[in-house]
Amino acid sequence: MKWPALKLSPFWLCAAAIAVLGIAVTIFDLFNINTFIFFAGYVVLQYVVLATAWNIMGGYMGYVNFGTAGFFAVGAYASVVLYNLFQAPLALMIPFAGVVCALLGLAMGYLTLRLRGVFFAIATLAMAIVLETLIINWEFVGGATGAYILRSREQAPFGDYIEFLFFVMLLLAIFAVSVARWLELSRTGRGFIAIRDDEIAAECAGVPTLRLKLIATTVSGFLMGVAGAPFALYVSFIEPSSAFNLIYAVNAIAMPMIGGATTWLGPVIGALLLGTVQQVATVTISSELNLLIVGIVLVFFVIVAPEGIVGLLKKWLGGRRDDR
Amino acid sequence: MFSVELLVNALIAGVLLGGFYAAVSLGLTVSFGQLNIVNIAHPAFIILGSYIAYMCNSLWGLDPILTGIIFIPVFFLIGAGAYRLYYESFERKDDEALRGLAFFFGVMFIIEVALIMVYGVDFRTVQASYIGQSWKAGGIGVPTRMFVPFCVAIAMFTAVYLYMSRTFNGRAIKAVAQDRLALQLMGADPVKIKQLGFGISIGTAALAGALLIIIIPVEPSVGRLYIGQVFAIAVLAGLGSIPGTLVAGLILGIAESLVSTFFGPSWAPAVAFGILLAALAFRPQGLFGR
Repeated sequence: MKWPALKLSPFWLCAAAIAVLGIAVTIFDLFNINTFIFFAGYVVLQYVVLATAWNIMGGYMGYVNFGTAGFFAVGAYASVVLYNLFQAPLALMIPFAGVVCALLGLAMGYLTLRLRGVFFAIATLAMAIVLETLIINWEFVGGATGAYILRSREQAPFGDYIEFLFFVMLLLAIFAVSVARWLELSRTGRGFIAIRDDEIAAECAGVPTLRLKLIATTVSGFLMGVAGAPFALYVSFIEPSSAFNLIYAVNAIAMPMIGGATTWLGPVIGALLLGTVQQVATVTISSELNLLIVGIVLVFFVIVAPEGIVGLLKKWLGGRRDDR
Repeated sequence: MFSVELLVNALIAGVLLGGFYAAVSLGLTVSFGQLNIVNIAHPAFIILGSYIAYMCNSLWGLDPILTGIIFIPVFFLIGAGAYRLYYESFERKDDEALRGLAFFFGVMFIIEVALIMVYGVDFRTVQASYIGQSWKAGGIGVPTRMFVPFCVAIAMFTAVYLYMSRTFNGRAIKAVAQDRLALQLMGADPVKIKQLGFGISIGTAALAGALLIIIIPVEPSVGRLYIGQVFAIAVLAGLGSIPGTLVAGLILGIAESLVSTFFGPSWAPAVAFGILLAALAFRPQGLFGR
């Protein structure tokens, strides 16, 4: 209740510790970790960012975004544009991709958020397909055949480039979670929750609903774009069907739902769990079966455990009162 | 590039396509428009119908349209069951906005991945006597592959329209979205009525799926492309209006056919979504909305 106000809250201590650990394993090769772990870990962290970003709109406010893959791919292709123009460095790609997607989110929100929530959901689904069609027909970024992005093999002082990307994604994940947590604990976040519980009542009580919804969709879009920015460098070959893959949209919904959509911790738990399971399953079992499992787990959780793992834990810990 | 012949051909193809689109969207007009159930898995059920038609056609040489009609009752039962689950899990708890949507999204995903696991990602087609012929007059051709589904679509359309406007249950389905309590006072159980309505909605997907696989080859993930078409039509029609669905279907069919004739087929998917976004932004109550 009081601890968010403290300078050195447990949250920030944890965040700092994770960042330091990240430096230790990437730069100093502590524990001598196999490169594949970084390769897989990058994807898991990317899902932490995507799930957290989705949750700002979906979990806090109850507005479902089916277009995560669209935002993600636009972020990735924004980087490709910069790369094709003047071989821009990653440090420039990330903010650029974020701003492009923030504007996209704002435009989407402005067009549809004055309507019932479900129209926003359908419009996001539509947007992903329109964007994919545009990219397929845009030769500058490779069109339907895709584009190669040459990355350097190594990046000092990280050694292998994948280790560098892993570290970047780790920082982005910490950033995304911090933003989400800060929003959640702020006055704005209370406005979000008021909208989720009863939008009309919130409006009557003087909550500026449209403005808050636009803030949420802009921030959410920014974070999704940021998650997509290093993607082209990570895979080094990007094409529309992999960048717009439905799996991003499904996971961005499934992870917060499984973890618990009402707190910042839910999407983190969901992404770490489900993301890791998927990475292991893709290697050991077939990747189709792994997708099927995601779908079934999602349906199972929304029916049986609507509050997700965080909700189950709270119940299990003796119904301790949740005093955010 | 431009010629009158090409234009007339594109218009005819557009009308035939539009009639089919209207039939595909009919189920969504009932579930989304009238029952207020945002079933984004509807196109996935249509693809399921396509694969059932494919399976019966390739195993026993059954006619796809006949298969579609036979499976309407099966899909009806699936739909009724799905509504029951949806009602108990979400609607009764007033929780359909977030979790109900996520539920249907999950169902869509499960159907798609399950079909990929069984049949792979290859495009599948069906065989029937009326596929591959066409009537020609001058430079203008009408492919029977489009014409037969068009006629079946219109027949299905008329049947649902008559049922909805002439029978007690049909009218009750229309009433339940407007005023649940009033329907209860008339002595009808809203849950049962919605169950019936949702069953009909999914039932139409069996036949619509069979029509789809007659018109074009189908693979599991094309369902997602049809989300745009069916929602664009349902919204453009003015949610819940059955005649509006036919008009909106024809508009979309013609627009899409013109775009793919004159700009290239790779732009066609954007047409439906463009219309949908424009409709949501400028006229969310649709052409025939109240």
